[in-house]
Amino acid sequence: MATIAQPYAGTYPRPSRWEVIWEWITTVDHKKIAKLYLVTSFVFFILAGIEALIIRLQLARPDERLISAETYNELFTMHGTMMIFLVVMPLGVAFFNLLVPLQIGARDVAFPRLNALSYWIYLFGGILLTSSWLFEAAPNDGWFAYANLTEKTFTPGHNLDFYYVGLQILGISSLIGAINFFVTILNMRAPGMRIMRMPPFTWMVMVTSVLLFTALPVLAVDLILLMFDRAYATNFFNPAKGGEPILWQHLFWLFGHPEVYIMILPAFGIISEILPTFARKPLFGYPVVVLSGAAIGVMGWGVWAHHMFTVGLGAAANSAFATTTMLIAVPTGIKIFNWIATLWGGDLQMKTPLYFALGFIAMFIIGGLSGVTHGIVPADYEQHMTYYIVAHFHYVLFGGALFALFGGIYYWYPKLFGRMLDETIGKWHFWLMLIGFNLTFGPFHMLGLDGMPRRIYTYAANNGWGFWNMVSTIGAFTIALSILVFFWNVYVTSRKPADAPADPWDGRSLEWTIPSPPPEYNFARIPVVHARDPLWHQKLLRRYGRATGNDPLAQEPADEHIHMPPRSFYPIITALGLPLMGYGFIYQQDHKAFWALFAAGIIVLFLGAFGWATEPTE
Amino acid sequence: MIARIRRLRYLLASIPFLLIVLLASGCIGNSNPQDSLSPAGAAAADSKRLFYPAFWIAVAIFFLTEGALVAAVWRFRHRGAPSDQLPKQVHGNTRLEVAWTIAPALLLAGLAVPTIATIFHLRPSSEGNPLNVTVIGHQWWWEFRYPDLGVVTANELHIPTHRRVNLLLQSEDVIHIFYVPRLAGGMDNVPGRNNTMWIEADKEGEYQGQCTQFCGASHAFMRFKVFADSPQNFDAWAQHQKEGPVNPATLPDQGNQVTYTYNGKPGTPAGGLKVFSNNACIGCHTITGVSNGMVGPNLTHFGERTSLAGASLTNTPDNVAKWIHNPQAVKPEAKMPNLHLSDEEIANLVAYLESLK
Repeated sequence: MATIAQPYAGTYPRPSRWEVIWEWITTVDHKKIAKLYLVTSFVFFILAGIEALIIRLQLARPDERLISAETYNELFTMHGTMMIFLVVMPLGVAFFNLLVPLQIGARDVAFPRLNALSYWIYLFGGILLTSSWLFEAAPNDGWFAYANLTEKTFTPGHNLDFYYVGLQILGISSLIGAINFFVTILNMRAPGMRIMRMPPFTWMVMVTSVLLFTALPVLAVDLILLMFDRAYATNFFNPAKGGEPILWQHLFWLFGHPEVYIMILPAFGIISEILPTFARKPLFGYPVVVLSGAAIGVMGWGVWAHHMFTVGLGAAANSAFATTTMLIAVPTGIKIFNWIATLWGGDLQMKTPLYFALGFIAMFIIGGLSGVTHGIVPADYEQHMTYYIVAHFHYVLFGGALFALFGGIYYWYPKLFGRMLDETIGKWHFWLMLIGFNLTFGPFHMLGLDGMPRRIYTYAANNGWGFWNMVSTIGAFTIALSILVFFWNVYVTSRKPADAPADPWDGRSLEWTIPSPPPEYNFARIPVVHARDPLWHQKLLRRYGRATGNDPLAQEPADEHIHMPPRSFYPIITALGLPLMGYGFIYQQDHKAFWALFAAGIIVLFLGAFGWATEPTE
Repeated sequence: MIARIRRLRYLLASIPFLLIVLLASGCIGNSNPQDSLSPAGAAAADSKRLFYPAFWIAVAIFFLTEGALVAAVWRFRHRGAPSDQLPKQVHGNTRLEVAWTIAPALLLAGLAVPTIATIFHLRPSSEGNPLNVTVIGHQWWWEFRYPDLGVVTANELHIPTHRRVNLLLQSEDVIHIFYVPRLAGGMDNVPGRNNTMWIEADKEGEYQGQCTQFCGASHAFMRFKVFADSPQNFDAWAQHQKEGPVNPATLPDQGNQVTYTYNGKPGTPAGGLKVFSNNACIGCHTITGVSNGMVGPNLTHFGERTSLAGASLTNTPDNVAKWIHNPQAVKPEAKMPNLHLSDEEIANLVAYLESLK
């Protein structure tokens, strides 16, 4: 730790720029890592959003030739891939990082250096994937990259190599993080915090973590098969030599369907936190809400081939998956009813986080209902690969996950940054985004039923699709405006003093018992939990004169000798090995000399791991 | 001020309802060429017959749930000064949970039965007198073969009305989807696999379709048309397809009349036949009696087709010239090579191709 000199009594020189950078590079503090994830996700969100705006400009009018087909194919591929892997998932992880230790009464996660490693691998993997644009080799066969189009004969160039290397690296980040959070939740809960007393967000993190570390290996295998086909002329997906293109789809969607639940369950958790706080009453049917989340996690493994209804798996298979797909609507619907019941009879505080939660419910209902219509297989034969599907997944991922994530940002902003985001600007953000969102994606339902396929860079005028495409483009720019309003809110808020109270929203869970922002060690005293919603429980006890003995959530007297994990340089070094290996592997296909880069990456990886294992833990 | 806010809220709350009305408005009026809700054949009608009840049930659930949400916000919004009052701290209601678990499950089970029945009904069968067509997807055009009739054509599929057409879907390269929404939902053309589906047109007409599985650079231009002809017209068409094309030498002027001019250069059918025979064209294309190439579309009766280049261009002499002059400018990465033909060669070729009737 650097010593800060004090030249004059009562004054402290500001830390130098280098000290600040060093602090962030070596941090293992889950709260700092949460900020890193948040900021990085938003940078990628802007990039992926610009990709979407260019797509919308190209599609606004029939027979438009603003960009080439090749560029368009890279744009829609990168928009989807980046939004899923570099925006929605990491934004979720930002919340895992901020909240899980605070909500369970812990001082950090189980493996703090591993936590930092997850972030640095995400950053470097994201940079590698996005840098493909600079190499004029952005992935271009869609975010789900169906074989056998992805074979080298059909997609020469490094586009798909960036795809499988980038996703493999990002998968490692998520896998490590999932194990970390799962162990943290199982092992580090404060005394008295039984599983059924955990806040609903942490519950959903637990389920999501299991989904992550079971589903990501399936994707890893699929990507390895693709890598071998492309780099070593194997024939896993090559039908001419006995391979099977459909194998890619089965493995991809076995990962892919749990993946969408990985993206939405944290959002469900956020909503389940916001609604009770702003309704000032408990989450209606807590056991049902959390257990239906677990049920969705399990049932999500049984529906993958609903992405493959037109592949020709046969009537029996299609019927089976139609049934499982319809069944999974049941636990999802139950949650919606429980959320509405949470609001019913409450005393609704109309603040910005609640607006986003309400927007989430409203939009997710639409996305969920259109999803059920996809399960009507003969109707899906018409809907498949049309804009009707694009409408569905944007309603659940943007109208759903992203609205919930923004709600979470407004809700937990004071906890992380010590400042409250402005309410008025927040409401402008919300309404602009809601209107823009519906203008952009509502028309996709009509366009899809009118036969407009996905992933076409242009369309003929005689199809009659011009009007709704133009409306959608206007909506997209409205969304962009709303995001600018959000950034304005962040900027205006940054100028205010960091004086937010510990509990600005009259909250229910442990994170609101400590200062905003919390000290490095979170809890001066580890709380003892006696009930669900432990803080609300204490407030009610006090209110009705039933509080006896000491306050189990009190932060005084502080524990002596709080040991916090020291900072470490090794996570970022270890992480650095991966992109070196990645670039090395991609380009060794052109020049064998690049194996040196790959080898350098392995060396850096091992040096990092060695240093990590042998550095002192004090 | 409060009244204004209330009016604004009513206005905003009406937006989802307006969207529903707009959406429903798409169901009236003239149908667009690929409108899946304007079926012109039994398979598409089966899809719609299942979709509509599911859709209207979804609309009903939409109004119920969104209505409950709006009602909850309206009724229980905190009004007035901040107060210390707490609402009733309800934790749940087991009966409600059971009810709203069982009710949706029953509803979905109800939808599942006709769904599964229709899945089985949409499988092709050999009963009756179906017409068999093999649909082979290529990057980026469609090959249609009628194995029982000995007919091969491209991009424009002719079928008789009121007769089942069993389609065998194959691919020469990557996965495509054969999608002609007014006649049927799409089905994959997977290389190495034989998928099957059927279509049946109720009335004569031209039905538009396109590939819906992303298949590379010119995916957007891999379109096709289905012409449903009366049975007599179809028989005549099929008979004619088996015959060779018009040989320019048999024309009154021996094919030496200038029928097209390109950039000032004249073109004749006879001249075009020479250009065709002396260039790489014969390596890829079949014209009965002239060439036997198997890589590109069969051009035997090209002059009778309404479109070219994967049905993405209307078949006019200028469009044919544009295509031959630079295929990649029309369809990115098109597999047809740019032979860098002279204007005179192109003029002759176009005159010849348009004479192939």
